[in-house]
Amino acid sequence: MTHKSIRIGALARVEGEGSLLVRARDGRVTDVELNIYEPPRFFEALLRGRAHTEPPDITARICGICPVAYQMSACQAIESACGAEVTGPLRDLRLLLYYGEWIESHALHIHLLHAPDFLGYDSGVAMAADHRPVLERGLALKKAGNELVAALGGRAIHPVNVRVGGFYRVPARTELAPVAERLRHARDQALATVEWVAGFDFPDVEHDYRFLALSHPAEYAILSGSISVSDGTAFAASDWPAHIVEEQVPRSTALHARLDGSTGYLVGALARYALNAHLLSPLARSAASDAGLGPVCRNPFRSIVVRAVEILHACDEALRIIEDYTEPDAPSVPVEPRPGVGHGVSEAPRGTLYHRYRIDDTGLIAEADIVPPTSQNQARIEMDLRHLVEPRLDLPRGELAALCERTVRNHDPCISCSAHFLDLRLDR
Amino acid sequence: MTARPAATRRRPRLAVWKFASCDGCQLTVLDCEDELLAIAAEVEIAYFLEASSATGRGPYDLSLVEGSITTPADLRRIRHVRRVSKRLVTIGACATAGGIQALRDFADVREFASIIYARPDYIATLERSTPISAHVPVDFELRGCPIDGRQLLEVISAFLAGRRPCVPAHSVCVECKARGNVCVMVAHGTPCLGPVTQAGCGALCPAFNRGCYGCFGPMESPNTRALNAQLRELGMSTPELVRVYRTFNATEEPFRQASEEAGDDA
Repeated sequence: MTHKSIRIGALARVEGEGSLLVRARDGRVTDVELNIYEPPRFFEALLRGRAHTEPPDITARICGICPVAYQMSACQAIESACGAEVTGPLRDLRLLLYYGEWIESHALHIHLLHAPDFLGYDSGVAMAADHRPVLERGLALKKAGNELVAALGGRAIHPVNVRVGGFYRVPARTELAPVAERLRHARDQALATVEWVAGFDFPDVEHDYRFLALSHPAEYAILSGSISVSDGTAFAASDWPAHIVEEQVPRSTALHARLDGSTGYLVGALARYALNAHLLSPLARSAASDAGLGPVCRNPFRSIVVRAVEILHACDEALRIIEDYTEPDAPSVPVEPRPGVGHGVSEAPRGTLYHRYRIDDTGLIAEADIVPPTSQNQARIEMDLRHLVEPRLDLPRGELAALCERTVRNHDPCISCSAHFLDLRLDR
Repeated sequence: MTARPAATRRRPRLAVWKFASCDGCQLTVLDCEDELLAIAAEVEIAYFLEASSATGRGPYDLSLVEGSITTPADLRRIRHVRRVSKRLVTIGACATAGGIQALRDFADVREFASIIYARPDYIATLERSTPISAHVPVDFELRGCPIDGRQLLEVISAFLAGRRPCVPAHSVCVECKARGNVCVMVAHGTPCLGPVTQAGCGALCPAFNRGCYGCFGPMESPNTRALNAQLRELGMSTPELVRVYRTFNATEEPFRQASEEAGDDA
């Protein structure tokens, strides 16, 4: 009987802190655990008793990398509970802000977290020794995203200008002109980035993914729509609790999300691309095709190409919104609290993010429920690991461990987000 | 930035650590896009898990610490971090004041855990979320939720040069005037924590027609009693007053007192 176990005590180049354990016996993988050892922060509990206006600022603090995603899902959930809707230029400004976050987050992941895996470096900064112009281009792209978020939100991390109902202040058309100037440049850089990452050497791996993403009839969905699954199922945000259940798995430290009874579906860039690629901007669509992406991409290592395509799309769409922008009459619509339940779903850079709030008859939050993308992907990441490791058990331990880490990074997990919802076990 | 060739001198070694937090403050390091490569030329980024798989062993010349202490394991880890760090600087509201997760101080943490987890007995958590300074000596505390990138660069530069960082402890009001903002409280009657909150953000909220919500924590000599009277004048109820101080720096003494006084005055 032969045993093999690979333990990675602290995963690097992911957002947040996690570890990994793979055990095999006689050529079969027996255990795969992606563990979260981040301490829980109890957001769903501390939201109870807060005013209906507070979730955007409070839930932004769940994640410093995707605060806009939290603000958008929170706002939409509260607005739906209160019977309000944000439309027209205010909705466009929300999209614009969100595109900024996509650009910033994807540029970070591609250049500082993911690309070093393909080029054989410990970090993006180390990569600069041999690839300085490429890294500088990546940082410039990241900065363009951050500047877009800051222009609309006040700052790149935990923007201050988002409120339930819209914004505190909206920009004049003239204020957006310099932003557009930078975005035109960023669009060129994004195109070059797609070409650069498309040339990487990708392990020959494909998985039979069950994808889930937001879908919208007219947009590559980011802010609203219905929830689509690659097997043809579709449901409204308000039906989320009927379809998706989080369960505690005794042998694991993780809560696994189950979709209609089965575990292991995938959210994020690959899912959005598979379900909505036909709605990418023409430029992004042609770049994707030139990069060799078919209508569906099942190789998780190639997700870096899909993220680059999404940056290009985000730049393109942001420019279109600025071009068409007319200043709204008021920076926000009134949202009066009323007793009820509201659901909000949007596409965080790393996948679908769901919020639900119940508001009581005094206008305060009675219950909050938040399902972040990484807790949905966790079971699927473990399946990726199992499929990847089993046929490669003969590889040297170091090589196999590196491949495992890469497998986790392929899905850009945000452990900071998920930790606050997942169960936690510490050896004491 | 001009620098002597790295081979002729030993570069100071920088470490970045994370405890209970959102990652936003350490992300601020990576968000210094224009300066990142220059920083990397001046210091050896010896331990920064979010950015690098290479983990050089201590000791470190400067440790930046993000996050608050909320578990028994982290309590042990912060002592280790202190032992291997020549200078230790906390970055952000979690590390400096306990963060939003310190709201558990005003509730029962076991009840918090049972709201979220089916098996709360699996959760190893402390009853309070505490700042780093509650456990080990800290050389400097940089405030903000999140910290400001320019202030971070000032702190790193100061420690490299062996001087104290120049980070003002005055209120947001000073920055607001310097920026030429109209006072949202005087002109629009918008409740604002600017008079009692430390500067550093650049008076962002008032610039966006919003009242300051105190994410940089209390300034050096906050007169919260006078502000509370004004906030009541503007129509804030007692529960609203209690909540406005109970966000990201809730357990900082002046804010804790202000929220308790607001409750008592009712």
